[in-house]
Amino acid sequence: MMNKLALAAAALSILGLSAMPAAADGTLKLAYVDPLSGGGASIGQLGLNQLKFIAEKVNAKGGVNGEKLEIVPFDNQVNPQKSLVQVQKAIDQGIQIIVQGNGSSVGVAIEDFLRKYNERNPGKSVVYLNYAAIDPILTNEKCSYWHFAWDAAVNIKLEALTNYLKNQKDVKKVYLIDQDYSFGHSVADTTVKMLKEKRPDIKIVGNEFHPLVKVTDFSPYIAKIKASGADTVITGNWGQDFALLIKAAGDAGLKVKWYTFYAGGAGGPTAVKQAGLAGQVFQITEGINNIDYKPAQEVIRAYMKAYPKEPVYYPRLFNLTGMLFKAIEEAKSDDPAKFAPKLEGMKYKTFSSGDEGFMRASDHQFFQPLYISTLEPVDTKKEFDEENTGWGWKQVAQIPVKDTITQTTCKMKRPG
Amino acid sequence: MFEIVFISTLNGILYGMLLFLMASGLTVIFSMMGVLNFAHAGFYMLGAFFGFEISRRIGFWPGLVIAPVLVGLIGMMVERYGLRRVHRHGHVAELLFTFGLTYVIQQGVEMVWGKLPVDYKVPPSLDFSAFTVFSTNYPAFKLFELLISIAIFLALLLVVKRSRIGLVVQAALDHPEMVARLGHDVDRIFMLVFGVGTGLAAIAGVIAGPALVTQSNMAGLLGPILFVVVVVGGLGSLGGAFIASLLIGLLQTFAVASNMSLADLFGGLDPGGTAAVYFGDIWSVTVAQVAPIMPYLLLVLILIFRPRGLMGTRET
Repeated sequence: MMNKLALAAAALSILGLSAMPAAADGTLKLAYVDPLSGGGASIGQLGLNQLKFIAEKVNAKGGVNGEKLEIVPFDNQVNPQKSLVQVQKAIDQGIQIIVQGNGSSVGVAIEDFLRKYNERNPGKSVVYLNYAAIDPILTNEKCSYWHFAWDAAVNIKLEALTNYLKNQKDVKKVYLIDQDYSFGHSVADTTVKMLKEKRPDIKIVGNEFHPLVKVTDFSPYIAKIKASGADTVITGNWGQDFALLIKAAGDAGLKVKWYTFYAGGAGGPTAVKQAGLAGQVFQITEGINNIDYKPAQEVIRAYMKAYPKEPVYYPRLFNLTGMLFKAIEEAKSDDPAKFAPKLEGMKYKTFSSGDEGFMRASDHQFFQPLYISTLEPVDTKKEFDEENTGWGWKQVAQIPVKDTITQTTCKMKRPG
Repeated sequence: MFEIVFISTLNGILYGMLLFLMASGLTVIFSMMGVLNFAHAGFYMLGAFFGFEISRRIGFWPGLVIAPVLVGLIGMMVERYGLRRVHRHGHVAELLFTFGLTYVIQQGVEMVWGKLPVDYKVPPSLDFSAFTVFSTNYPAFKLFELLISIAIFLALLLVVKRSRIGLVVQAALDHPEMVARLGHDVDRIFMLVFGVGTGLAAIAGVIAGPALVTQSNMAGLLGPILFVVVVVGGLGSLGGAFIASLLIGLLQTFAVASNMSLADLFGGLDPGGTAAVYFGDIWSVTVAQVAPIMPYLLLVLILIFRPRGLMGTRET
């Protein structure tokens, strides 16, 4: 038995060695580390499909800096430990660019891991491009030179949202309901703080936390919201916790305005439609499909031809890849040590509207116009709907870049 | 105050009945076959997706009948060609078999329907609000859930306790050889029971699908709460499961409604705030915040103080 095991181990290690070609074989490899099985698989798959679509398009035009782009998927099951194993695997295959998004706990783990890795392995730098993890810690206390963030962090989204709510005179009583973990708490705490500064007259009539993905029946929570007399609810809930919450609200006939982070996430629009809450659910994102901007519309149309059931969930992946390609072409190299300086401070016309955003050099956070939109029935012949519901996101307000800027506490350690 | 109590009671009963609906198939299979069916949630999910597929072609009502029959047939096949062979190797093998089956069903569903949630709608004939109390609407579909749940409970009780089939089934569990010598086909009885149990899981799926989220991970998210129902009620006791469902529903709902914390209760006894330092977060956490954990606390307490559950007859 032991012999067999030893043999197998030897065979595996030989295989491992042969699977370690250098990156410089004419392909540019991106490791996509996100959930591809288990509960988070639906969202992980969406990002992968979008990246594959981007790769096909750019390869048809001759690739990036003469190299063919290849997306290599790694399944991390939204688990920080598994993610590090997968990142190591990617590095062993010679990949120097890691793309990840789902789960700030995963994001922090990868950021820390690569900080150490890059210190110990100068000359073989690996960079982490983050498209969705939005815990402010990533670009503040723990910020790293090797991490770049494309989605607006929690505090930036809330800065923008409260700047919008500031002028909404009908908002008088706000109820907060969030998932009981670091992200939910950071949404609640920041909202309370910012509303107090900008609209001291608004009353916070409830600040509720419920366990993450464990609640089947939200009707008691809805009863509490109703009893509080709130006119507005702000929530960071995502996935099932969002869908069930909003359906319970629809069932009970609760009439409030919902300001959310993730109503547009996988399954969100379906739930909002089933709840029948047209024009009552709002989200804040870096873009939506129904913005009258030709270049984006054409790409979205092409994308939905390839993936008919999926709208574009992540406009930011287009920003991320677009800026990466630009940096690589400017540096004429796919070595992160050479192209990372080009990303710092880069100005870029965002995918959704063509308005300009910038990558702040001091903390590697991308600042971009943010959009508040609401889900309602659309003319599907002319406009995009979500998840085949016949309902699509319509813009309510654009928050210009200047109203999204927040301070950072990042003291970045630069290489060399 | 009265408003909160009334609404909470109503919500608690509705949620409890949904729990019973989802747990009934699990109880049936356990009480009559002695098999703890880990794949129960998988069959529940199959029911939801079959119901969705049928409802968008010919309507919800045919789906409510056809989907459970189909899933029941699949369940019978599983028993006939899988479980029966595994049974010889004892309970651990059975557990592992049904555990593995969950993954097979999940992958199958993902291959056919993808990973995104599907738009499984409440049928138009039930899509209105049945009544309104304190300006809160109660949709007709929830009442329908409640009625089906009670109907299933009564029907099962009658069949198990009062009918000849029920007697034979119960006898077959304790004395299979004796029953076989009396001329009953014991294997077929077990196959039927497994079919009925999985069919019940499918009914729960067809009904819970539109009410919750029909998605390929719904089996996983249903999670251990059903085992809590079955264990608290007493392994294998239908009446116990019914009462446990109601109890858990009410417990959780009332806990959510309460904003009390240890600090509120005992804060007056401790003006210096030393307790807050000792207990840390536990001191200030509200009951509402831990409400969904309550059933599991109940589970632990029951296992310590009354291991056979509320109405169980044996300690397993």
